[in-house]
Amino acid sequence: MSKQSSVAFVRRDMIPPAPPPPGQAGVLRWMRENLFSSVTNTVLTILSIYFIWSVLASIMPWTLNGIWVAGSLTECREIRDARGIETAACWAVINERWLQLLFGFYPTDDVLLSGLFYAEPLAAAGGVEAVFGAGSNATDRIEFVGMMKGDLSNFTIFWFGYWRPLLAVALLVVAVAPILYSSLPRSLLFFSMLYPFIGVFLFWGGSIWGPMTVAMGLAAAFFIGRFVATRFGLLGGGIGAVIAFILIFLNPLPFIDHGGLFPLFPHAKDVLHSIIPFGLPAIPSDQFGGFMLAIIIGTSGIVLSLPIGILLALGRQSTMPFIRWVCVTFIEVIRGVPLIVWLFVASTLLKYFLPPGSSFDALLRVIILVTLFASAYIAEVVRGGLAALPTGQYEAADSLGLDYWKSMQLIVLPQALKISIPGIVNTFIGLFKDTTLVVFVGLRDPLGLTNAIRATGEWNGIYWELYIFVALLFFTFCFFMSRYSMYLERKLQTDRR
Amino acid sequence: MSEAQTSLQDRQIDRSQMKVTDEVAIEISDMNKWYGTFHVLRDINLTVNRGERIVICGPSGSGKSTLIRCINALEEHQKGQIIVDGTTLSTDLKNIDKVRSEVGMVFQHFNLFPHLTILENCTLAPIWVRKVPKREAEETAMYFLEKVKIPEQAHKYPGQLSGGQQQRVAIARSLCMRPRIMLFDEPTSALDPEMIKEVLDTMIQLAEEGMTMLCVTHEMGFARQVANRVIFMDAGQIVEQNEPEPFFTNPQNDRTKLFLSQILGH
Ligand SMILES: Nc1ncnc2c1ncn2[C@@H]1O[C@H](COP(=O)(O)OP(=O)(O)OP(=O)(O)O)[C@@H](O)[C@H]1O
Ligand SMILES: [Mg+2]
Repeated sequence: MSKQSSVAFVRRDMIPPAPPPPGQAGVLRWMRENLFSSVTNTVLTILSIYFIWSVLASIMPWTLNGIWVAGSLTECREIRDARGIETAACWAVINERWLQLLFGFYPTDDVLLSGLFYAEPLAAAGGVEAVFGAGSNATDRIEFVGMMKGDLSNFTIFWFGYWRPLLAVALLVVAVAPILYSSLPRSLLFFSMLYPFIGVFLFWGGSIWGPMTVAMGLAAAFFIGRFVATRFGLLGGGIGAVIAFILIFLNPLPFIDHGGLFPLFPHAKDVLHSIIPFGLPAIPSDQFGGFMLAIIIGTSGIVLSLPIGILLALGRQSTMPFIRWVCVTFIEVIRGVPLIVWLFVASTLLKYFLPPGSSFDALLRVIILVTLFASAYIAEVVRGGLAALPTGQYEAADSLGLDYWKSMQLIVLPQALKISIPGIVNTFIGLFKDTTLVVFVGLRDPLGLTNAIRATGEWNGIYWELYIFVALLFFTFCFFMSRYSMYLERKLQTDRR
Repeated sequence: MSEAQTSLQDRQIDRSQMKVTDEVAIEISDMNKWYGTFHVLRDINLTVNRGERIVICGPSGSGKSTLIRCINALEEHQKGQIIVDGTTLSTDLKNIDKVRSEVGMVFQHFNLFPHLTILENCTLAPIWVRKVPKREAEETAMYFLEKVKIPEQAHKYPGQLSGGQQQRVAIARSLCMRPRIMLFDEPTSALDPEMIKEVLDTMIQLAEEGMTMLCVTHEMGFARQVANRVIFMDAGQIVEQNEPEPFFTNPQNDRTKLFLSQILGH
């Protein structure tokens, strides 16, 4: 520069882009900068590589040498010794029993299976009526089904024998998708609202009028509430809806004869069913099991605990002392006691409080408790989000004349929930994994089923393979949730440039 | 501040619409407020007629913000009476929401809703409070966004705008509710000098259209040119009020003199 005769300078030729000098780009540079930038870094890198390598070295042969086809653990070992390998996983147990881990002892649709894939033996045995009909012999039926399942592949049984839970889960995905992804058409949300009834019908079966009457009852309570709200305001509408709900569902006047006006339920269902009988074979909750159970409890808990948790968080912030105390007490009591204790309470103690003779579905009890438990946590997470919101937001909403519910719905909650997404998803992941605890109250979750599988003669003594499979199932779901929360956070990021 | 002052002086203010009428817009009588045991506002008496442009100034902590926040019931007063547009402020929520939808408020820190676009910020309250159809609300919003000279930002988010632009959006958002009174709480004190001017310009424009305005501000240039009355507050009371000219040239109270010498001294 100093040699230049004049300070004026004009560029005549533009410099074309050139590749960086070697060692400045690509893998080598990255490694030098990130893995070997200093002595400590180099030592740590080498130690980490050694650690990872030694872990993989002990696991990978076992995993990759795994034996996929065998009838029992002993057979597995024989195959391993014949091959002359030191360690080998016995994946055959998964290959044989994955249906059981997924569905527990949930019954397959044997009539459909035999009609589709086992027609000749079925005809030989005397046709559907003789094998599955009312007058058929239970022992013969079990023997027939056992033979059929022995002949059919697990995949055939999966797709056709379990079509009800499969369809229910597939529709669940359809129902959840528009909630998760706002780019999907909003009209799908109508299906999401209907889904709970469809799902219950597919999983539990019975008369279609069961879920239908519940849906109609809820809709009636909602519209009565809305009608009352036009006359007496929001609070009046809420009270109206609750009263309508109680009248329809809870039989508040037990002393009135059951044939009378109350309850509208379940007599309405019987009447409707006698007019249009349509239904699926009923499957009681105690036959539910496997990973399906985790999905049912997990999704119900997640879907129900979010709104309850939000209401609790708002209640905790309320200026009305009574509401605040109720919410604080609820949150602290639920949170302060381990979930497993609540589950025991649900399975045993509740019996003493409920009127004698009334049966309360075990699975429903667990769902309610898991939901309440998660909602206490959600409430605290959301409270954090509410607290993180600058007071200016509340004031701006107030100063525009928005009432409490509108400012919550439009201003406060969208922002508070956005802040709380990591915490909420964290709670959901915890809830999902906690569904394995139901094994202690007699429901057959996947972990409980590993015990059942191990109790059979063929697979006595097998541990790792089953646990790894169950772990992978849970991991897949939890990983999706965690990724989804990251996607959502990125998508909702409007406050930064 | 001095830059803003000089630039304001270039502007010719059109006073044809600035008319103080006899109609009372706000009437505050013997109003007192406490924060716990701390007596923030003491015996406030103030009548604001429609069309008035009042500037409130005073040292920090003197209760200026508290006073104008009482007018739209963001703060509750414990004694005395506040009547806004004929509605007496009480704890009745109906009254409060009615008053709030008639009175626009602009905050020091804008308080735009960061999760909504500029347009949504402006249409939200008209749609949900006034029940205006969406199309009409959007047209109104665009009209006011044009008025504050940022229609091209309508589909951005507040976080993508400069401070001055955000404050103008905040003003437009209030105007979309078609308020009859506007309250400003130090609307320019969080802004850089060159942005102060654009916000003050917007406020002057409002004044020219005859809006009833109460501004807490230390922009004395604005006070001189636009206000018809300047109120000086100290220790929770109104210490002095006068037309701007005599207020600045000939203050009576010693506290006013001290305050003015500090604020105009440099
Ligand atoms: N929420 C509150 N609780 C208790 N004291 C408060 C609260 N808000 C304000 N104060 C006190 O009330 C007094 C008046 O506050 P205010 O915000 O009205 O002052 P100001 O005149 O607007 O001051 P500034 O010019 O700094 O904005 C101050 O002493 C302040 O500390
Ligand atoms: Mg202030």
